[in-house]
Amino acid sequence: MLRVEKLTAGYGGIPVLEDIDLDVRAGSVVAVLGANGAGKTTLLRTLSGLLPLQKGRVLIDGQDMRGVRTEEMVRRGVAHVPEGRGVVTELTVDENLRLGGLWRKDRADARRALDEVYELFEPLARRRRFPGHQLSGGERQLLALGRALVGRPKLLLLDEPSLGLAPKITAQIMTLLADLRDRTGLTVLLVEQNVRSALAVADEAVVLALGRVVSRGTALDDDLRHAYLGF
Amino acid sequence: MALRLTKPRRVTGVWALAGVTLILVLTLTLPPFRTYQLATVGAYLCVTAGLTVLTGLNGQLSLGHGALMATGAYTFALCCNAGWPLTLAFAAAVLLTTAAGAVIGLAAARLRGPYLAGLTLAVAVVVPAITSTFDGTFNSDQGLPVALEPPPATVTVEQWQAWLAWGGALITMLLLTLVIRGRFGRELRAVRDDETAARLAGVSVARTQVLAFVISAACAGLGGALFAVLSQSVSPGAFPLSLSLFLVMAVVIGGLGRLAGAVWGAVLLVALPALAHSVTDGIEVQRLEGNLPLALFGLTLVAVMLAAPGGIAAIRIPRRRKA
Amino acid sequence: MDRFVYLTFDGLSRGAVFAAFALALVLIWRATRIVNFAQGAMAVATAYAGFSVSSATGSYWLGFAVAIVTGLALGAVTERVVMRFVDHSSHLNGVVVALGLVLVIQGGLGMIYGNEYRPAAAPFSRDAFTVGGVALLSRFDLFVFAAVGAVCVLLALLFTRTAVGLRMRAAAFAPDVARLLGVHVGGMLTLGWALAAGVGSLAGMLVLPTELGLHPNAMDVVFVSAFTAAVVGGLDSAPGSVAGGLVVGLIVSYVSGYLGATVAPIAVLVLLVVVLLGRPGGLFSRGKARTV
Repeated sequence: MLRVEKLTAGYGGIPVLEDIDLDVRAGSVVAVLGANGAGKTTLLRTLSGLLPLQKGRVLIDGQDMRGVRTEEMVRRGVAHVPEGRGVVTELTVDENLRLGGLWRKDRADARRALDEVYELFEPLARRRRFPGHQLSGGERQLLALGRALVGRPKLLLLDEPSLGLAPKITAQIMTLLADLRDRTGLTVLLVEQNVRSALAVADEAVVLALGRVVSRGTALDDDLRHAYLGF
Repeated sequence: MALRLTKPRRVTGVWALAGVTLILVLTLTLPPFRTYQLATVGAYLCVTAGLTVLTGLNGQLSLGHGALMATGAYTFALCCNAGWPLTLAFAAAVLLTTAAGAVIGLAAARLRGPYLAGLTLAVAVVVPAITSTFDGTFNSDQGLPVALEPPPATVTVEQWQAWLAWGGALITMLLLTLVIRGRFGRELRAVRDDETAARLAGVSVARTQVLAFVISAACAGLGGALFAVLSQSVSPGAFPLSLSLFLVMAVVIGGLGRLAGAVWGAVLLVALPALAHSVTDGIEVQRLEGNLPLALFGLTLVAVMLAAPGGIAAIRIPRRRKA
Repeated sequence: MDRFVYLTFDGLSRGAVFAAFALALVLIWRATRIVNFAQGAMAVATAYAGFSVSSATGSYWLGFAVAIVTGLALGAVTERVVMRFVDHSSHLNGVVVALGLVLVIQGGLGMIYGNEYRPAAAPFSRDAFTVGGVALLSRFDLFVFAAVGAVCVLLALLFTRTAVGLRMRAAAFAPDVARLLGVHVGGMLTLGWALAAGVGSLAGMLVLPTELGLHPNAMDVVFVSAFTAAVVGGLDSAPGSVAGGLVVGLIVSYVSGYLGATVAPIAVLVLLVVVLLGRPGGLFSRGKARTV
């Protein structure tokens, strides 16, 4: 599904990430873990084209993503939910969700997807006409996630969904991700600092430290976990 | 640090002396028309120097300096016509414009970016309306003649004008150099670069901004009075909105952040129209007169702003970093 | 009393034009955080184009259409060729570039058409209907109300009811998020500038016949009035700018009527100062966040 080869990227010529290799199988949840400043968000921003690729290749379904603009990524089945939830707070819940499907040619299915999200996320259905800034943190996260799902993505890039949320809500979101994976075959690249909740759903995990992959595997090695993640 | 302070002070003195000598030599050798142009550069320099302090060092944009010049010019004209001696008329022009600048500055200190630009633009546009509304004093669109004392016997009018203008300009440059060198100059820049940080460092942002406005207004008042000396009349037509825009353009292109930029700006303000005039002189197309420099100024301004990747900030000459 | 009624209608008519012009300013401000100081000059340029076509063909409406279309095109070109490349690290940059455009446009117009006033014809009579001896409105005033009203309704529908409007708002509020959702943000900005300049051209076509006529500087004072209207309305609010336009229009009309036309710009300046110092966020705003 997603293949990253020798990726180097960063801001203004200074690399934040170096020589990153990554392989995400279709229908799996891969967690990207690491401390602040490890380069997790930079990785997602590079994958969706918000930051230029300095070196290396990104392949999605075997297609090279070089030169594909950010606006096009969503049309290739990639949805990126940015850190800080990326809800457009000036727009209403309904407008935010509709925005997620505006690019789609299949208007009927876009509407169906919208209805499905409302079914899936009960709290959003009750607040359709509310502007984004009146939502709680958890509701905003659901909204950002729901908006991505309206586009029926193949690959979901999720940046710190647990940020600032109560553990209970985080757990709900993780369960939901696992459920989507099992039910619809959604592939998820999940960036998290909250290691425990991420590992609860992840099929694989990659640990970044100072811009490099320092560990990867299905079950993290105890020593590595201790060294890099601190528990 | 002490060394760094004493050395530039001596350099400033040398510059001032060189300036005086240069002006004296030029005014005694140039033909009258060139001397008049030189005088115009001096009058502009007063204004552009003040504007450089305001916009370049303090980050406040004023589109109303043409109106401040008008304030100075009209005050000067009214005082001269009332029979006041020259020095008193200059003093009155500077003082009244300073007061006007303080009023605008008090408002400006509470405004940012486009709001400030819009307010000062409104001030610039309102000049003809004021002269028409109070036409008993300002005589509407016709304006006022300036009854100037004749120059000392051995001096031509142009030389006299140039000495007055450059006397004002050199004093302005000297005072501004001294003012911005010390603590106040650092405060100006601190407020420009980051208001919040400046405030946290104990700088009174509002006070700094009002002072910057007052200083640049005083300079504009002097410049305006000198314009009255040069044209020997004042009218709203001499201070159109485009004058204010020209001034902004001159300091931007001349280079913000350094007073030397103001010199280039003032030269440009005189040279570009003269150049355009000499180009169009042969063509006999009246419409080009005045409009070609306008368009050229505009194009240059846009080009400079787009070509310097950091905009105004990048035009600044980088200061050497102290370890 | 009769005079007051007449001045009120006159003020509303002027206000409608200011409202349209202020609306154009707000459109660009919301999308790019730039106050388009060149908008007056751009509107004059398109009006020159329109009236040239009108006098060449004899058809006012053809010229009217040309002015609006030229406005749309000029707005798009300005965004694509100039404004897109303005560095946003300092808020001064956008203003200075716009001022450069003002000089270019005014100089260019002066070179092509000269600096004397040229007549700008109105498509309808400007003589007011009288009801019971009281002069109320002219046909031209009605045309102004209809045109500005139509523009307001169309823009409101565009922004609240259509997919393009939703895209434009998303691009303005959160460009990065919008891009991630497949919105071509650059295209939306171009469209926004085109629409704003088109509305500005309309305002120019409506205001010039009521002033001295066509002149490269003809919109300078109008721009200040419209800017004041936009500030009164809060600069961020489209409905606010319409309300602000009507307020400014009424003030200008009353002051011109009772104190003399030359006092009107001074009154506008006073209003601008009062609003900026009293309620910098506009008359309809709530408090503003502290920075320290």
